[in-house]
Amino acid sequence: MSEVKLKLGIPGKYEERVVTLPEGEPKPYDADSKLSVVGSRHPRLDGFAKVTGQAKYAHDIRLPDMLYAALLSCPHPHARVKSLDTSAAENMPGVKAVVAAADQHVRFAGQYVAAVAAETLEQAERACRAIKVDYEPLPFVVDLEEARQPGAPKVFDNRDSNVRAADPTERGNLAEGFAAADAVVEATYKTQVQTHACMETHGLVAHWEAPDKLKVWSSTQGTFAARDNLARRFELGAENVEVITEYMGGGFGSKLGLRDFESAAVELARKAGRPVHLMVDRKFEHLSTGNRPNSVQVMKAGCTKDGKVTAWQVDSYGTSGIGGGAGVANPSVYDFPAVRKTSADVYTNAGPGCPMRAPGHPQGIFAVESMMDELAYKIGMDPVEFRRKNNSHPIRDAEFELGMKAIGWERRNQTPGAGPGPLHRGIGVASGRWSNVGERRNSRIQVRVAIHPDGGVEVENGAQDLGTGTRTIVGLLAAEELGLPVEALTVKIGHTSYPYGPASGGSSTAPGLAPTVRKAALLARRRLFEVVAPALQAQPEQLECRDGKITVVSDPGKTMDWKRACGLLGTTPINELATRSDNFDGWQAEAAGVQFAEVEVDVETGRVRVLKVVVVQDCGTVLDRLTAESQVIGAVIQGISYALLEDRILDRTTGVMVNPNLEQYKIAGSWDMPEIEAIMYDAAIGYNNAGVNGLGEPPVTPTAAAIANAVYNAAGLRMRELPITPWRVLAADAARRGGRS
Amino acid sequence: MDLRFKLNGREQSVSIAQDRRLLWVLRGELGLVGCKYGCGEGYCGACTVIVDGAAVRACQFPAREAAGREVLTIEGLAKDGKLHPLQQAFMEHDALQCGFCTPGMILAAYSFLLNNHKPDRKAIIAAMEGNLCRCGSYVRIVAAIQAAARRMYGG
Repeated sequence: MSEVKLKLGIPGKYEERVVTLPEGEPKPYDADSKLSVVGSRHPRLDGFAKVTGQAKYAHDIRLPDMLYAALLSCPHPHARVKSLDTSAAENMPGVKAVVAAADQHVRFAGQYVAAVAAETLEQAERACRAIKVDYEPLPFVVDLEEARQPGAPKVFDNRDSNVRAADPTERGNLAEGFAAADAVVEATYKTQVQTHACMETHGLVAHWEAPDKLKVWSSTQGTFAARDNLARRFELGAENVEVITEYMGGGFGSKLGLRDFESAAVELARKAGRPVHLMVDRKFEHLSTGNRPNSVQVMKAGCTKDGKVTAWQVDSYGTSGIGGGAGVANPSVYDFPAVRKTSADVYTNAGPGCPMRAPGHPQGIFAVESMMDELAYKIGMDPVEFRRKNNSHPIRDAEFELGMKAIGWERRNQTPGAGPGPLHRGIGVASGRWSNVGERRNSRIQVRVAIHPDGGVEVENGAQDLGTGTRTIVGLLAAEELGLPVEALTVKIGHTSYPYGPASGGSSTAPGLAPTVRKAALLARRRLFEVVAPALQAQPEQLECRDGKITVVSDPGKTMDWKRACGLLGTTPINELATRSDNFDGWQAEAAGVQFAEVEVDVETGRVRVLKVVVVQDCGTVLDRLTAESQVIGAVIQGISYALLEDRILDRTTGVMVNPNLEQYKIAGSWDMPEIEAIMYDAAIGYNNAGVNGLGEPPVTPTAAAIANAVYNAAGLRMRELPITPWRVLAADAARRGGRS
Repeated sequence: MDLRFKLNGREQSVSIAQDRRLLWVLRGELGLVGCKYGCGEGYCGACTVIVDGAAVRACQFPAREAAGREVLTIEGLAKDGKLHPLQQAFMEHDALQCGFCTPGMILAAYSFLLNNHKPDRKAIIAAMEGNLCRCGSYVRIVAAIQAAARRMYGG
């Protein structure tokens, strides 16, 4: 154990902290760290593979004798499978194996019931149509409100009702809080179901190399989670299951677990004795692979006339279809003295929800930040000032300041909706939150760094890169520690034969990996210095490596280039395996982030155009400024898409999704893109030796709220339901004018 | 049927079923997997390839209609190991994240720039409207296309 002094905080607010570190731990990054590669604008390491079409995704794997799988889905929203006859399908041309789902009770339209593997995809699809299924249709409910009513058709027979309430949480004295309020707002906010719509649909290629040895190329967010799931499902030792995800085409939370239809493809491969390729179609992707649950948030909040929130109450419910976890957190962005929250899951006959980029947060923060805005306008206070009065997070406060300047906050409408003509412009604000500095203890994560006698360096970890830039930050961190250009390293990821890496959920990949990469690289460098020191007539601790040259710090004339130094290793490479250390206490574990949106509302057509978004986002140490900005910009675009366009629509009378494609389920295109200014706000936070907080999720959390608040500032229309479609704007405008909507 | 056409500069001959779409011939029989399946209905643009200079949706394009014509896929865009300016610009501007839509994006932009040498931002946005990127890289895609156009045609 050793003690080090760190300078943590943000510009103008640094403080010294003494932390205790385990032996061998690199000195954590802090405000005084001089970094050359980390924090630069480095193009991603796999850019070349991606722009040339050489990057191989799971869909792209081609093996000798490979079969193609197709899935048969249930057309009914709720049914019992009375019989399922595959005999005709089995005898069709090219068909090599057929399997049926174990569950004979189907609870949503689109649920997988059987799968076929054949020589071609067309043959497999034809054979699926030849499977004879006799369904007994059962009563169903797909509408959130209908499902809550007593006597609604039950999604699960063994439950009393479709509603599963969570325990309420309560803090402070709510009655006193409301009594102290000068202004009270009651409002209900609603959000829709959003599907992940990854460009690469779910899929895998399964290859049984031997009866007890399985190799799978999977489009997954967790290579090791997939491996462990497969091992359990097929009763194999984990060492006999190999999962490979060198590239994957987006997950956003939907590719964290092994799905039943994916297991089916593995089972088909076992039955047929040949590799099987499964890639689900776009419709199946919408229906069955997950979604962000919808929400209804019934709220009441009060504040004093000088802008302090005194009481905050929310009763929320939503549906995750046949899944759980819809309950919206109504996340605590600000500090309120008295809070009461209840939440409930409502089961419906719809595809299961699952984590989607900041689960619960975009929907919860839409309500939180809309309510904050309503309170601010009610007491006639600047909406930013109001927020800052209720905020104790120093990073968020500094970000408000920066964001106001960047957007030109003073340009906002002093009177919402004022001005002649149908076109109205306005500016809105919202803040987000997220917290992931890595698990306090996660000693499963390991990184290997090898230095070879020919000068080559390998950095290995089996985690996957979803497109966030994991491969690139691993390279940058190792290069920084070793004193080499990034191009001199070979980064190997996305394979379970490499050391254990985290699943990419909760923005945990960077905070899990970054400190471990540093540690492994440091260990390897020390070993090399031990070998090189005698040749330079120095002690190992007197050496440093920069730009590929090892030099005696006190006597820069004594130097040796990297390749020659590695030659001193003889025939034995350096091979260091580091295990992630526990987190230590730092300065700030929670990321904030603020967004300002400027919109134009046409009250004659109802159309909302986002003109500009300013994002000020922190994530501790910014590891690669270029790819970090890309993530932030992408999150904003997903947020715009959620705010204005996306909506999974289930027909109440038939129970089927009416827009299971990429035309009527509209995701943002280039036309919907505003000018986006992404400002990465550097903070020295501690907690792990790289000072890293997760970045994937926080910037998607406030966008929809900032847009809704901008619509209010522009047109004086308070949009309490997403998506903000033209007809909702027109309806709000008509209601304001006393007309009928 | 026997399909003969020019693929990435070389004469190609392949035996296909009459009704097969170009996407599946490229990805299947010919093993050119840079052309992606995104939606199979012509809405997302992930399968964009170039036929006689024009961007087409390979998932909708009957392979038999490629007979006697010239098809360019992402695999054929770099010449003699040298990246096309669009590929170079996409890398430098980080105009991609997961990269799945990237081949289609680059080829759609390639076809657009053939006839538009000095496009402004608005024209690029309009031209790229049919290619979806779920990671949301549009800001940088537009910047990359603009940079590539300058490199190719000056101005």
